[in-house]
Amino acid sequence: MTKSVRILVNGTSLEVADDLSLAAALLNAGHDAFRRSVTGGPRGPVCGMGTCFECRVTVDGMPGKRACLEPVRDGMQVMLDG
Amino acid sequence: MGDVRAGRLTADVAVVGGGPAGIAAAALAAEAGRRVVLLDAGPRPGGQVWRHTNRHTLPGLARRWLERLDRSGADVRCGAQVVDATASLRLGVEHQGRPLVVEAGAVVLATGAQELFLPFPGWTLPGVTGVGGAQALLKAGWEVRGKRVAIAGTGPLLLPVAAALATAGADLRMVAEQAPAAAVRAFGASLWRSPGRLLQGAALRARFASVRYRWGTWVERVDDQGGALRVQWADGRHRWAEPTDLLCTAGGLVPSTELARLLGCGLVGGAVAVDELQQTSVPNAYAAGEPTGNTGMEAALVEGAIAGLVAAGKRGSGAVRKLAVERESHRRFAARVAQAFQPRPELWDRITGDTILCRCEDVPASALSGGWSVREAKLATRAGMGSCQGRMCGPAVQHLLGSPPDTVRAPVVPTALGELADLTASLDSPQGAS
Amino acid sequence: MTTRPDAIIVGAGIVGAACAYYLARHGLQVTVVDSGFVGGGTTAAGMGHIVVMDDSEAQFALTAWSQRLLDGLLHTVPEDVEFRRTGTLWVAEDEAQLDSARRKLAFYTGRGIGAELLDAARLVEAEPRLRPGLAGGLLVPSDGVVYPPAVARWLMREATLAGATVREGAGVTTLRPGSVDTSTGTLEAGCIINAAGISAPRLTPGLPVTPRKGHLAITERVPDPCRHQVIELGYLHSAHTMNAASVAFNVQPRATGQLLIGSSRELVGWDASLNRDVLGRMLDRAIRFMPGLARLPVIRTWTGFRPATPDSLPLIGAWPAVDRLWIAAGHEGLGITTALGTGAMLADLIVGRVPEIDPAPYAPDRALESMK
Repeated sequence: MTKSVRILVNGTSLEVADDLSLAAALLNAGHDAFRRSVTGGPRGPVCGMGTCFECRVTVDGMPGKRACLEPVRDGMQVMLDG
Repeated sequence: MGDVRAGRLTADVAVVGGGPAGIAAAALAAEAGRRVVLLDAGPRPGGQVWRHTNRHTLPGLARRWLERLDRSGADVRCGAQVVDATASLRLGVEHQGRPLVVEAGAVVLATGAQELFLPFPGWTLPGVTGVGGAQALLKAGWEVRGKRVAIAGTGPLLLPVAAALATAGADLRMVAEQAPAAAVRAFGASLWRSPGRLLQGAALRARFASVRYRWGTWVERVDDQGGALRVQWADGRHRWAEPTDLLCTAGGLVPSTELARLLGCGLVGGAVAVDELQQTSVPNAYAAGEPTGNTGMEAALVEGAIAGLVAAGKRGSGAVRKLAVERESHRRFAARVAQAFQPRPELWDRITGDTILCRCEDVPASALSGGWSVREAKLATRAGMGSCQGRMCGPAVQHLLGSPPDTVRAPVVPTALGELADLTASLDSPQGAS
Repeated sequence: MTTRPDAIIVGAGIVGAACAYYLARHGLQVTVVDSGFVGGGTTAAGMGHIVVMDDSEAQFALTAWSQRLLDGLLHTVPEDVEFRRTGTLWVAEDEAQLDSARRKLAFYTGRGIGAELLDAARLVEAEPRLRPGLAGGLLVPSDGVVYPPAVARWLMREATLAGATVREGAGVTTLRPGSVDTSTGTLEAGCIINAAGISAPRLTPGLPVTPRKGHLAITERVPDPCRHQVIELGYLHSAHTMNAASVAFNVQPRATGQLLIGSSRELVGWDASLNRDVLGRMLDRAIRFMPGLARLPVIRTWTGFRPATPDSLPLIGAWPAVDRLWIAAGHEGLGITTALGTGAMLADLIVGRVPEIDPAPYAPDRALESMK
């Protein structure tokens, strides 16, 4: 059964189903841009399978985590710079 | 290195990749009595095509293969990313955050494929994804209900993704196949040889029957228009713009050959070269499915089954001969797909000087100089130097320069330095020989 | 066919490019030939540390002069050279190494190079990524880092603007007095300069240059990279062990925010493959000094060959055994640092000027004498 978990996105609490990937949860919450490119362009998920590295976010203080490969977890703290 | 720095595992056959090819290879090798380990980076076997969170949502064929894998006795390791490999078929694996060394008598490379992205102006904007990416995100819980979606590109993957998006409630506005009508019709006509596929296609089309499906139509560029995307379409006679929230592009597939190249396997036409027994140019290393360039789940199952049997020492069996016949029809089908859905030259003409090729390092097309090798371009422009290790820009840069890909070294994917240290030290350790 | 150039430089690495730069500035017609492309060999594999060295008076003179030359050109350096004055932080693990830091301090300050001894507390303050418990260190603020292939391209571009010609993809098979045979034909010139790095002895038998392999690893961009090029003082011991494979902690912040991690040295001939044991030891060494590195993702690893000489000094000057043949080779791990001094010195010698520093210690015929 699907339960819900709370994650913290840029300090804002968000309740999401526990079987989502972090990328899906962020997109559903209206975040299209997850990060800034090296020249400052907004970027969001592209390949959905860990290849493109465009959906990188900071998870619990660890930068560079691919949101499409991260399942959501209760209490997860996520920072976007998009 | 006297200390034990990594877990160790010995197997007769190590299968890398848990999609259809890997599942078939692992199941058949294990059924033949061999000690088999299946390594998959995902949370559960299935690969991209059978990606799931709940097995009961999968088609029957997928469920049957997954159950067969369960029963086969193969040791299935999920969250297992191969980072390094030696010519002696020792694999350095990051397994759920822990280093693991797998010593294998034979290796089956079933590493799948990734989407081919043909760059065009605006392809880096948020909201532009691959069709495979869209499908993966849908399966991971992405809500697209009510969102305006356009699909553009080429190949058989357009239909299932359009159907999936429509089923998920997306406001599907356009499905555009770049191949000319004649090519698509000829391909459709050839499907009498594969009636199952014809039915599949018709069933998928029925799920978004009211949506425009255009042949010979492609995206020229995309611009950001106040948070929405403005897509400029072209069909060779007309150009017009339409707004959308999401644009899903399909460029076809690129075989994932990094691990094969690291092992030293020869390539042909960008795919791993294999013989009739799925044997690569490296002894005891086999490849099956997408890495060999034969696209499709059916081909992958057959090639995986052959590779699994041969790796298990059953090369002379009747089953292998029977499967080889089946493989031929899949290969012919793959060749027809490749023929029908060749990217038209206009798709390459879309690239302007300021079109970004390398998304990791934001390298525009104008930075490249003719005559450079891929390595020279990398050193001069940083194209391919970023986190994705050139996987996204590689095909385009190789095409524009007419140069083969650069060499592959460990780590095959970015890996935490501490784990890389553990793995490289353990792979070289004399303990490994025992 | 254009007119016969005054000089043909074999090798378009950073050293060959610097030779072309200074010869062209002296008004000579120069042609550079290379089997690969500009800055694509050892130059591309190196770290790009610009460092004043103290292991001999001659090494100091050449490294310090080269840095003065670079400082004089900095206003013309393009952005892709990525020059950053990071300084060098030499780290002492124990009291014995701190003593060698004190000796270095005396050496540098006695020769006009600013340096500062740091105690344990100030060391961690200067470089918070270092583990606690280290004895101290020596900071040399004037050192810096560059992106080596971009330096080679810049020098070559400047040389080309001054009239030099570059032929890439032309492998040289034979050097003769006043000519070279290449894969695309024979070229003649007033003189020949062998700047072929690790390939130099293949073209000029008797040159004591040996390939000394090294490994490097680079991380993704990190939000809090280190601030200095940081090297363990123990490096001085390992670097001089000629035969056994050795590793030393050496980390460099790139302009991109990535960390470049070295270093290793081994003599294994021309085997360019990753030596996983050496790579593992090298990364372990890095973690020993900066434990937080263990969590950073490594994107790439690679190897390269340093052109090593028995006395660790480069070979710069005439090669008496062959008429009109000059050598600029054998820079081992210091080619990026000493390229400008090498080019300036060789150009002076060729046009008959007196170089700013005494060229005698680098004269290639010292090799001939030692062979007798």
